[in-house]
Amino acid sequence: MRYSAFALLKNGLAGNRGWTPAWRKAEPKPGYDAIIVGGGHGLATAYYLAKEHGITDVAVLEKSYLGSGNIGRNTTIIRSNYLLPGNTAFYERSMKLWEGLSQELNFNTMVSQRGILNVFHSDPQRNAYARRGNAMRLAGVDAELLNRDQVRDYLPFADFDNARFPIRGALMQPRGGTVRHDAVVWGYARAADERGVDIIENCEVTGFRIEGGRVKGVETTRGYIGAPKVGLAVAGSTSRVGALAGLRLPIEAHVIQAFVTEGIKPLIDHVVTFGAGHFYVSQSDKGGLVFGGDIDGYNSYAQRGNLPVVEDVTEGGLALFPNLARLRVLRSWAGLLDMSMDGSPIFDKTDVAGLYLNCGWCYGGFKATPASGEAFAHLIAKDEPSDLIRPYRLDRYRQGAVLDEKGMGAQTNLH
Amino acid sequence: MSEFTYLGAADLKRPDPAAPDAESAFFEYAYIRDNLAGPMAELWYHGGGCRSWLRVVRDTRNHEIESVAPARPEGGRR
Repeated sequence: MRYSAFALLKNGLAGNRGWTPAWRKAEPKPGYDAIIVGGGHGLATAYYLAKEHGITDVAVLEKSYLGSGNIGRNTTIIRSNYLLPGNTAFYERSMKLWEGLSQELNFNTMVSQRGILNVFHSDPQRNAYARRGNAMRLAGVDAELLNRDQVRDYLPFADFDNARFPIRGALMQPRGGTVRHDAVVWGYARAADERGVDIIENCEVTGFRIEGGRVKGVETTRGYIGAPKVGLAVAGSTSRVGALAGLRLPIEAHVIQAFVTEGIKPLIDHVVTFGAGHFYVSQSDKGGLVFGGDIDGYNSYAQRGNLPVVEDVTEGGLALFPNLARLRVLRSWAGLLDMSMDGSPIFDKTDVAGLYLNCGWCYGGFKATPASGEAFAHLIAKDEPSDLIRPYRLDRYRQGAVLDEKGMGAQTNLH
Repeated sequence: MSEFTYLGAADLKRPDPAAPDAESAFFEYAYIRDNLAGPMAELWYHGGGCRSWLRVVRDTRNHEIESVAPARPEGGRR
């Protein structure tokens, strides 16, 4: 069913009884042309496999319900404000796809390009941000360096004269913003399903069948499913699932928390980040402030964090916006990050023929969803990476060709 | 930020730089992680207390701590 103003009107007048489910609850078949493990980037991958490469006999396996993983646990921010050439091009491709995504999927993903401001607090930090802004502009990405008075126009209520962290200005990417993350799940699921992709929920991979160095299929909690090509896009569970196929990877699983406050009237019109600590915030359409900060800093698969980080994140927020002090936090949650050792993602073939890897997203998996799906579909369909993801190959650690955007690894004590 | 500081897996041993396979051993040491889901031996620094390094076995699935011992007798990374 195609969504349109006309369909809305027609079904509204008919008592809304004409709507059909957005996607089928598929049962696993014995075999597919390709299996994608993970219902986040995996949904996007399946969509582009079907659309760009004509491979429609595809199953997406999700271990829980759709949207239960990182695709529904992030802070919904999209941006392409990176410094290094490999990253700038990749994330800008993602931004371009976000800009047309609602039309592409015929689903309102609520892309809101409200602008992102990276506030800085010292002269050296201004230099670093100016350099990053210049690198972005050279790569064709929008960036503006704002002085203190310009920031005041955007954020009149911020603490400009904080004794420790006075605001000196900000680097702004006007095209950055937020996207409704649930809509991204539903939109990709619906569009993939429409093209014949089976989305199989509550189906956890428990093993791989590998014969003669070639993948034959996967063992799951819902039985064996065969396929000559298997793509892993399981983020925080990468080491765990990879180990089942004998992979040892440069990944640590960490936990990051996010928070949402009670709803208030429109206050923060943009995405804003604090430069002297780790804090980022935006306001949802419902009025709640959605914010987050650092990872907890120890290996974890628990999908929940601890209180020291809650304190640290809110301290950072209050240094920037003291007027938030009396807001009440409604909910907090946590997601698992696949922290790679240089802070950049990994796309590659593996030593097992037919087994493909998509991981290492660190803090930034959500904004990459469209480009990640598109590039991973290309890798799986053509058995070779597109130019966009060549810098993200797995052997870059051994070769010394790491992409260390911030010169930090998986450890918080380096952040 | 908090009383304890995390270092990481306790059993990572710095390879011998003079060994013939040093290059490959350092690659493993610097980049490759077992990243266990389950009990994991790790090093924590008790900076807000006795200022010693501790070898802690902690279940990464639920943060349950199974044992704590001083790191030094184990000969771990300090």
